[in-house]
Amino acid sequence: MAKRIEASGISAYYGAFKAIEDINMVIEPKSVTALIGPSGCGKSTFLRSINRMHEVLPGARVEGKLTLDSQDLYGRDVDVTAVRRLIGMVFQRPNPFPTMSIYDNVVSGLRLNGVRRKSMLDTACEKALRSANLWNEVHTRLSRPGAGLSGGQQQRLCIARAIAVEPQVVLMDEPCSALDPISTLAIEDLISELKNQYTIVIVTHNMQQAARVSDRTAFFSIDKTGDPGRLIEYDETNKIFTNPSVKRTEDYITGRFG
Amino acid sequence: MSQSPIAGPAETAPVTAGLAAPTDLGPTGPLGGGGGLPSRRRFGRESLFRWFTTASGAVVLVVIVAIAIFLIAKAVPALRADKANFLTYKDWFPDDPTNPKFGIAALALGTVEASVLALLLAVPVALGIALCLTHYAHRRVASALGFVIDLLAAVPSIVFGLWGRDYFYKPVQDFSAWLHRYFGWIPLFGSGGPYGKSVLLGSAVLAIMILPIITSLSSEVFRQTPKMNEEAALALGATKWEMIRMAVLPYGRPGLIASVMLGLGRALGETIALALTLGATYTFSIDLIENGGNSIAANIANKFGEASETGRGALIASGLVLFAITLVVNMIARLIVYRRREFIGSAA
Ligand SMILES: Nc1ncnc2c1ncn2[C@@H]1O[C@H](COP(=O)(O)OP(=O)(O)OP(=O)(O)O)[C@@H](O)[C@H]1O
Ligand SMILES: [Mg+2]
Repeated sequence: MAKRIEASGISAYYGAFKAIEDINMVIEPKSVTALIGPSGCGKSTFLRSINRMHEVLPGARVEGKLTLDSQDLYGRDVDVTAVRRLIGMVFQRPNPFPTMSIYDNVVSGLRLNGVRRKSMLDTACEKALRSANLWNEVHTRLSRPGAGLSGGQQQRLCIARAIAVEPQVVLMDEPCSALDPISTLAIEDLISELKNQYTIVIVTHNMQQAARVSDRTAFFSIDKTGDPGRLIEYDETNKIFTNPSVKRTEDYITGRFG
Repeated sequence: MSQSPIAGPAETAPVTAGLAAPTDLGPTGPLGGGGGLPSRRRFGRESLFRWFTTASGAVVLVVIVAIAIFLIAKAVPALRADKANFLTYKDWFPDDPTNPKFGIAALALGTVEASVLALLLAVPVALGIALCLTHYAHRRVASALGFVIDLLAAVPSIVFGLWGRDYFYKPVQDFSAWLHRYFGWIPLFGSGGPYGKSVLLGSAVLAIMILPIITSLSSEVFRQTPKMNEEAALALGATKWEMIRMAVLPYGRPGLIASVMLGLGRALGETIALALTLGATYTFSIDLIENGGNSIAANIANKFGEASETGRGALIASGLVLFAITLVVNMIARLIVYRRREFIGSAA
């Protein structure tokens, strides 16, 4: 179910602007990998290049090699939509489809995959909502609008939507930044459970959060505005937070920078 | 809450605003009335503004009521004189001094027929162009195409009418013959010719005329789709078209209905182009390609010049019927938009 991601020499551009340069990292299956770093260092850009969402923007492109269990994601005849079905994504702001019910939101990915049988959709919906720790709160009102939930519930709905299709990898871009501390804790617990099944990559600005949920942490940074972001250090989360080997990492984590 | 800007027809907005403003402000008083030390001048301007909005609201009301009274006063004597049932009679002889007979049936049905057909022709094309403008075409191509659409909107309807009558009838004739040859068994294409001014010709011209308004309004609606919803669909592995079906179309539906209804409103009221391209007969038929077709507005344009007193009253009465039809269409549109919005409304 979970797969290993290997990035080698990844650079990403917005038109002529190079946002990240030469990123090399291996992301282990069934683990949580946190991406941290100052604003604008390219965490989101790197994350979005993993599921090929980066190239959605006009003029944006990616160079380098990215593999999922040795499958080349940027290969010549690879179907982008297939890549995105394998690699789910949760965004910074909860973005359930506003016109869809809770149920329809959760099964929207399955419907895209051509699943039509009501019984299969029902089962998958319940399973995804249970994994997202949302079932108990919403199972009596599945036909209500998804956007009528609270922010934290909406974000868990989006997580349920992402995992309903049973992807190999789940990418999360600051999934808690729009949420209150209690919802944040709920999502962190959820992440810890999900890693038994999925490979998870999470961008966060919250050091405690990175320390709490992740197994490995990657620190990105930029030299100065306008320069591309680079991967400065990538190691076990424990090591990064207690004994980083690069001075810049230490400065950032102890709050002396960014 | 970002709703499409056109969800409520724009022209009614100032009126209601003008009427509502004074009552809204009245009981609570202007902003900041409670706490600080508002200067006199602000109150002075405030009451001036309030007076102005009330006055303009009142002027609009008076004008509307005056028009209504005038129209009804003209229509009623003619309706009294009518020797036929106005609602069911099809023919139009109001100018016969001894035996005026006229009815709205053929005209009303013809109006609806031509407008609905025009809508059926225009809406798919308009939505296609709008999607192309917002989601498919390269930016430069899109702005060129948008410019052409705007140009189309600026063409006066008399030009469309003359073009339809003098040039466009030719391809429509050929197409009618083709339709009859292969689909003649369908009553819609029953006529074997010769072909001239027909519902098909009028509707086709009308379709071209309402294309720009539907295109520009619906592309505006499509542009309103939140980027984050589009990205949500793409990130689930949707193709562009799937993304449009999941995020863009459902989100824009109330706005789309509104823009289609505005197009329909324009079609219902279109006068001169239809006066030139419809057959101006008083027989309603579902045959779209035979010589014939008529509409309330076109009939008014054709007949008003040489109409007698009763004839004018009859035409005004027909205008009131057109008004009622348009009103019903708009109310249905509002209802659809409103019901739809409640679902989304509880969202954001
Ligand atoms: N759509 C875009 N068009 C042009 N440049 C962009 C775009 N999005 C991001 N950038 C630039 O790319 C660089 C990296 O941005 P990115 O969003 O990846 O940073 P980030 O690390 O996620 O920052 P944050 O922590 O603030 O989310 C920044 O310099 C940013 O200005
Ligand atoms: Mg970011």
